[in-house]
Parts: sequence; structure tokens; C-alpha cells
Amino acid sequence: MEKIEARNVDFYYGNFQALKHISMDIPQNKVVAFIGPSGCGKSTFLRLFNRMNDLVPGARLTGEILIDGKNIYAPEVQVDELRKEVGMVFQRPNPFPKSIFENVAYGLKVNGIKDKEFIAHRVEESLKGAALWNEVKDKLGASAYALSGGQQQRLCIARAMAVSPSVLLMDEPASALDPISTAKIEELICEMRNQVTVVIVTHNMQQASRVSDKTAFFYMGEMIEYDDTKVIFTNPHKEATQNYITGRFG
Amino acid sequence: MKRFLEKAVKWILTGSGFVTSAVILLIIAFLFTGGAGLFGESVVEEGYVLALNEDNPVRSMTAAEIKAVFDEDIVNWKELGGPDLQIKTFRLEDADEYFTEESLGPQYEYAGAAIVSLVKSHPGMVAFVPESLIPENSGLNFIEDKNISPGEVLGGTEWFPTAAPAPLFGVLPLLAGTLWVSLFAILFALPFGISIAVYMSEVASERVRGFLKPVIELLNGIPSVVYGFFGLIVIVPMLQQVFGLPVGESGLAGSLVLAIMALPTIVTVAEDAMRSCPRTLREASLALGATKWQTIYKVVIPSSMSGIASGVVLGIGRAVGETMAVLMVTGNAAVIPTSILEPLRTIPATIAAELGEAPAGGAHYQSLFLLGVILFFITFFINMCVECISSRNRSKNS
Amino acid sequence: MERPSYPQGCSVRKRRAQTFAFAAFRTLSLLIVLILFAILGFIVVKGAGAINWDFLTKAPADGMTSGGIFPAIAGTLLLMLGSAIVAFPVGIMSGIYMNEYASKGWVVKFIRLMTNNLSGVPSIVFGLFGMALFVKYLGFGDSILAGSLTLGLLSLPLVIRTTEEALKDIPDGIREGSLALGATKLQTIWKVVLPMGMPRIITGLILSLGRVSGETAPILFTCAAYFFPQLPTSIFDQCMALPYHLYVISTSGTDIEAQQPIAYGTALVLVAIVLIINLLASLLRKYFENRLKTH
Repeated sequence: MEKIEARNVDFYYGNFQALKHISMDIPQNKVVAFIGPSGCGKSTFLRLFNRMNDLVPGARLTGEILIDGKNIYAPEVQVDELRKEVGMVFQRPNPFPKSIFENVAYGLKVNGIKDKEFIAHRVEESLKGAALWNEVKDKLGASAYALSGGQQQRLCIARAMAVSPSVLLMDEPASALDPISTAKIEELICEMRNQVTVVIVTHNMQQASRVSDKTAFFYMGEMIEYDDTKVIFTNPHKEATQNYITGRFG
Repeated sequence: MKRFLEKAVKWILTGSGFVTSAVILLIIAFLFTGGAGLFGESVVEEGYVLALNEDNPVRSMTAAEIKAVFDEDIVNWKELGGPDLQIKTFRLEDADEYFTEESLGPQYEYAGAAIVSLVKSHPGMVAFVPESLIPENSGLNFIEDKNISPGEVLGGTEWFPTAAPAPLFGVLPLLAGTLWVSLFAILFALPFGISIAVYMSEVASERVRGFLKPVIELLNGIPSVVYGFFGLIVIVPMLQQVFGLPVGESGLAGSLVLAIMALPTIVTVAEDAMRSCPRTLREASLALGATKWQTIYKVVIPSSMSGIASGVVLGIGRAVGETMAVLMVTGNAAVIPTSILEPLRTIPATIAAELGEAPAGGAHYQSLFLLGVILFFITFFINMCVECISSRNRSKNS
Repeated sequence: MERPSYPQGCSVRKRRAQTFAFAAFRTLSLLIVLILFAILGFIVVKGAGAINWDFLTKAPADGMTSGGIFPAIAGTLLLMLGSAIVAFPVGIMSGIYMNEYASKGWVVKFIRLMTNNLSGVPSIVFGLFGMALFVKYLGFGDSILAGSLTLGLLSLPLVIRTTEEALKDIPDGIREGSLALGATKLQTIWKVVLPMGMPRIITGLILSLGRVSGETAPILFTCAAYFFPQLPTSIFDQCMALPYHLYVISTSGTDIEAQQPIAYGTALVLVAIVLIINLLASLLRKYFENRLKTH
């Protein structure tokens, strides 16, 4: 079953065309990785799925992106409703300057949930889901900034998951972390498969091959190749993909 | 030669680097030496004495008591711990009530003796006369000559620097007036300032912001005397009508003008702080389904709180130190304000209004320097608060 | 994890809250623009009637109930010039020292603290201080010299901060490039750093002149004359000044009817000076920006 469908997407920043005629289907509850050199458009494409690019002045999109069969760029769609459904984890850990508890509870509160018991329960569940509970359960009131970088990123994952999105977008979630923290994040991604559709942008090809079911290779605003991860990394059909994964450019 | 030049320039530059510090020290030194002299002045006007009948046991009076006696607010020695006796005051101006011109002599050479005998014949009399008139061994008693005490000045509730025989230098009404008018100014300016800062940094398009920025700069650039003039001509009559006041010059008029004047400071600093709130934090909030407004009040404002706070504190500093506009619209009544609709008087306005008339080196003159010292320390303290807030913020961010 | 049941209508509510809040901000911002325009408009409309050639070039006459304000305009310009002579060299040098020479540590922190404190000192305290030091202690008397020195000290923090910020934005690579060619530190600053920072420094200096032109409290007891119809002939003369003139005419006038138009006219000239200075600064800023782009 397809969770996200992109149909002929062109995307412009002012006069610059950042994405060219991209069409792809992302299956439900799978992990899909976007790889490609810097500036190839993979992050831009990812940020279209929760309309994060709406904030950029001069941005323009043609084509359609459907989630659960509904066009998310249709005029009646409310972005805040959409973003409840499509969570996001960013490149650098960006916890709010609030307590650990408040960070995780934030998404619930801004979406109108007031039931304290439910929130507390949910915070615990989410932190457990992000394998952070044991490390922070005694200091939920402490500032999120007191955590290490890796812990902060897992907190951000817990924060995103607390809202219970059906899609989780991850924009190079481990690029600012050390290898041990990276491994933990990857482990989490593998555990979340089955619950949520994960789309992850990564620079790191080993990471893509370790965590993803399918991989798309982007180059100069175009999607060159999209296939099962195994195929992309062992037997790519396009020469550019081959060159990239063997490290001949990028 | 080249090396020597390099060295010389370096020393000159180093010297100029410390000029501001030197100016601060000089300000402190000059204000202090000017202001501290006040406590070396005697309560009773220089060169004068207060003479009493030899049977009167009262020996000391505070400046406030002396003023009350001569204003006939205190009419019996009992109230000052003396005998139950009516108080009768005598000043030189009253001389023709008691004496004929002949009895004083053509050159007033008999005046001293005449006054001594007058005081001797009236048991309840207190005479305010030049020291030089009273002959030695006159047999009269005198109110002890005391210096003005810091307690009387810092805790005094009456500012009456030209009163004779004993001027009153209580700074409380002025201090209260300053704080009162600044407090209201900030209360008015705060909602405006924060709203405009939020609007400029978060809501407005680049074009609207490009229009608002020079507007705020211009508001900051208009001279305070022009604000005062505008207040005097427009705001004061308006308030008088709206509230049906006897006079429109009031604390409220001052606060309104000060609010406009403090606004640019608040807006600029608060906007800077909000703009420096990292984009990633905003994105995190939006990505969780928060609206822009939720993001602003739950993330942007809390995380730029210290910047906003410094803006507000700086605005208070500006309001406290403002002179001309306040001088022109507050009515300058030196009483402890009980309502914002009454005239009041601030420390800067007092200095500006009175320094020109105070004889150099006298108690009044020195008291104005003391006000300068107080004002300097209030603003110094405010600045230190700002430094603390922003340096704490800097260390938090790094 | 079970899906939380989000309350119905919350989304509509929070969007409505946003619309409301933003409308409030927009209104308040608009209001402040209106206030500025009201103040400026009031002064321009009322003052325009008083402005004519005689008003700008003649001395006050008939106990200041008629005539012009030329001595006040001249005095204000003189004071601006005087304060510039005092503040600019010292302020720029101090800014250079802070950014180029002082080791980043407690020295810079201390100087910056003192500079910030000085900029927070109320103008009336500068007036007191100027009177005590320049008028009395150094014996300059009420004079242009004393007034210029006082105003110069007042604008010093602004000049220092402008210079420092202009120089701070020049990348270190440029200095290193010059030093690597064998230039001394002084040559680097003189030939490379200062010219690059100049546009912003000049803009800041012009703005500081604007501030000086409107200050009243510092010159009350150091310089300003109530009535001094001829032009000053030496720096030990007193002079009239626009802000002080406006103050006396509007508060302690002898003939309100006759003096009202003079007050409006004076206010207009004063505001015009500030406007021109602000305009000049922003034009210069644009000009320098464009030149930077085309080169």
C-alpha cells in the first residue's frame, strides 16, 4: 500500500528550479532513504512532505503530493493538521529551551490535549520508544540542554513520535552525532518500521543500506533512480548511481 | 622610526580606549564632591541663628520642625518638648511691627540690642536673625547648629530648597515622582513595544519591516524637547479635557510622552533578540503542528526572554533619566504622588529647573548635585542589570 | 502506541487565535506609525506657516516675540561641529583599540561595560558634570567650548560602538592577507581595515550628530544662552541653540500669542535637521551598499 505518492513534482526557489519532474511512491510502514550529493535536492524534496518549504519566500510547487490519497497542497488542507500527521526530525538536535518533559509534551499541548494524566503517560511511552526513558526518568524536569547531543536527538525523536504521526521525516538525523549515538538512532529507526513510514535523508551510504527498505538517488534536482535498497547498492541500473555509491563523486 | 611610530600609535589608541572609563570616574568624582558638601552645610541658613528666650529649654529642632514653626503649623513649644507656651516667630522682615525706625538707628546699629531685648521680653519667641547682629554674651539661648543629616535628605518627604530659615531637602517626593512616572511609562510602552517587536520580527513581510524600521529609528531620533513641546501643546490640554483636571500637566502626561520615547529602545532590542532565536527551533515547533502564533508565544518569546528583558530595562533607564520632556509636561509639583493624574516632579526635571537659580556652592546647589549622584546610581544600577541579563544569556547560548 | 484523540475544533480555535493575535499586532504597529506621523504632521503643518527667509536668517527681536531664529540655528550647528571635533577622533581611536589592539579578555569587557554605562548616563547628569568640570573647575565659563566638550562626551559611546561594530564585521582574512604581504599592523589598519569600515563608521557618525543636535539638558548650564542675538566670535562665547530656544519659548514665554508661531517654527527646523540627518545616513548606507555590490 502506498503512503506517499509524488506526481510530477517541480519545485522552484524564485527562478531556480530545485526539483525536476519527480514522481515516486513511498510504501506504508517502510523506511525509505534519500541519498545524493549536497545540493541535489533531497532535503528540499523531504521538506515538501510536511510543507516546511512554505516558509521560504518565493518557493513554488507544481505537481501533486498525495498522502493517504489526499493532495496535501490542496487549498482546503491546513498545514498544522498535516504536520500532526507528518512528523519531522532535523539535522541538528533542536530541543526547545524547556524541560525534557515539556519538550515531549509540546506537540500534544499545542494540538489541544489538556488531560495531564494522558500527557504524562504519553511522554513516558514516547521516551521509552526513543530508548531514552531509563536515562532521563529521574530528571524529567531538567533542561533539555543538559542532555548530550545524542540524547537530545533521541529526545527530538520522542518529541516527534509523541504526536503519533503516521509519517516521520528525518533530515540527516545523525550527521551531527558521534558513531555510538548514530548507532542508537539507526537502531531506533529499525524498531519504528512497522509503526510508521520513515523517510530519511542521509549523506552516509552505509546508513542508508543499514536502515532502509528502499533507496532513492538524487542528483542535480532529479531523482535518478529509486529501487529496493539491495538493488541500489549491489546492482544499480544507472551509471550515475553506480558512480556515486562507489565514491567516484559526491 | 617605523617601529617607534607603531608603538606611539598603539599607546595613543590604548589611551583613548580608556577615555570612557575615565569619564565615568570623573563624573562620579565631580558629582560626589558637589553632592557630599550638602552634609557639611548647617540646617539653618548660613550666617543666621535661631535665638530663643533664656528660659526656653528647647535646644534642637530638625529642619522640618523649623519650617513647621515658621509656617505656623507648630504653634506651641509643648509639641517640641518644651513648656506649654505659645510660639511667636520673628524675622527681620517683621521688625517694623515691633520697632520704630529711630529705635534701630540710622545704620541699624541698635538693631542687635533691640532684638535681644525683644526676645528677652517674650518667653515664647524664636527669632531668625543674622549671627552678626547678636552681641556676644547676650544671655539668649540658641538652637544648636547642626549639619544636614543624610537621614533627613534620603528619608525626607518634603523638597523645599528655598525655604527660610531652614530649607528642606527631602528627596523622597522626587524619587517617588521619577519612579512613578517611569513605571507608568513602561506599563504603556510594554504592550506596544512587545507587539511591534513581534510583528516586525515574526509577522511582517520584508517590505513592511523595511518601512517600520526607519519609523522606529525616527521616533528614537526626535529630540526630547520636541516631544515635550508636542506633549505641552497637544497631550496636556487633551488630558485636561478628558479627565476634567484642574491642570493637564500631570504624571500621566509625562508617562505618555515617556512611553513614546522609551518605545524605540524596547522595540529595537526585543526585535533583535527575537530575530536571533534560531530558525531550527521555530521549525521544530511548526513541524509538531503548532501554528505560527503558538510558536511565537511558546518558543520564540520564552527563548528570547532575556533580550526582551534587557530591552525593557533599557527603556526604564531611558525613562528615568529623561529630562526635558518630563520637565515640560509633568507640572513639577514636589509632592509624593498619590495618583497619576496629579502633577509631580522627577529628579532630572528638578535639576534642570533649579540649577540655574541655585547660588553656586550653596546648600541648594549641592543638593542638586546629590540628586545627580542618586540619578547616576539608579541608571548605573539599571545598566548593570542589563549587562547581567545579557551576559548570562551569552553564556547560555555558547 | 495508541493514537491520541485530538479534540475537535482545536485546530480551528488555534488558527482563530493566531488571526486575532496578528491582527492586534498589526493594529498596534499601525498605531505607532500613526503616532509618529501625527507628531511630525502636527509640527510640519503648524510650523510651515512660520518659516520664511527672515525667520531663518534674522535674530529674534522685540523680547523674542518676533524676528527669526538664525542665532539658534547657527549655535546648534556650531555645537554639532564642536562635539564632532571632540568625540570623533577619540571615539574612532577607542573603537579601533577595542577591535584591533585590546586582547579579548577582561580589558575589552571592562571598557565595553564602562562604555555601555556611559551611554546610559542621563543627559542631565552630563549637564551637571559639564558644568562642574568645564564651566567651574576648568574655568571655561558658559561657553561653546564647555558645551561642545559636554556634548562630545555624551556622544562618545555611540561613536565608539559604531566604529567597533563596523570593524568587527571585517573578516580576519583581510587583515591576515595584508599582514602576510609584510605590512605592519598600523599599515594594515590604516590602508585596509579603516577604509573598509569607513562607510559604516561615517553613517554612524552622522547619526550621532543627529542626537547631539536635539540635546537640551547638557547645554542648559554649560553653554546655552537665553538671548544672544549676534553670532559668537570665540569659543568662549555663549550661544543660542534650537532645542533650548524651543524650551524657553514654549514654557516661559512672555507673550504666548506672539511666541506660539515661533515655537512651532523652531520645532519644525529642529525636526527638519533630524530628518535630514536620518535621510542622509540612510542614503549614504544605500550608496555604499550599492558601491560594494558593483565592485
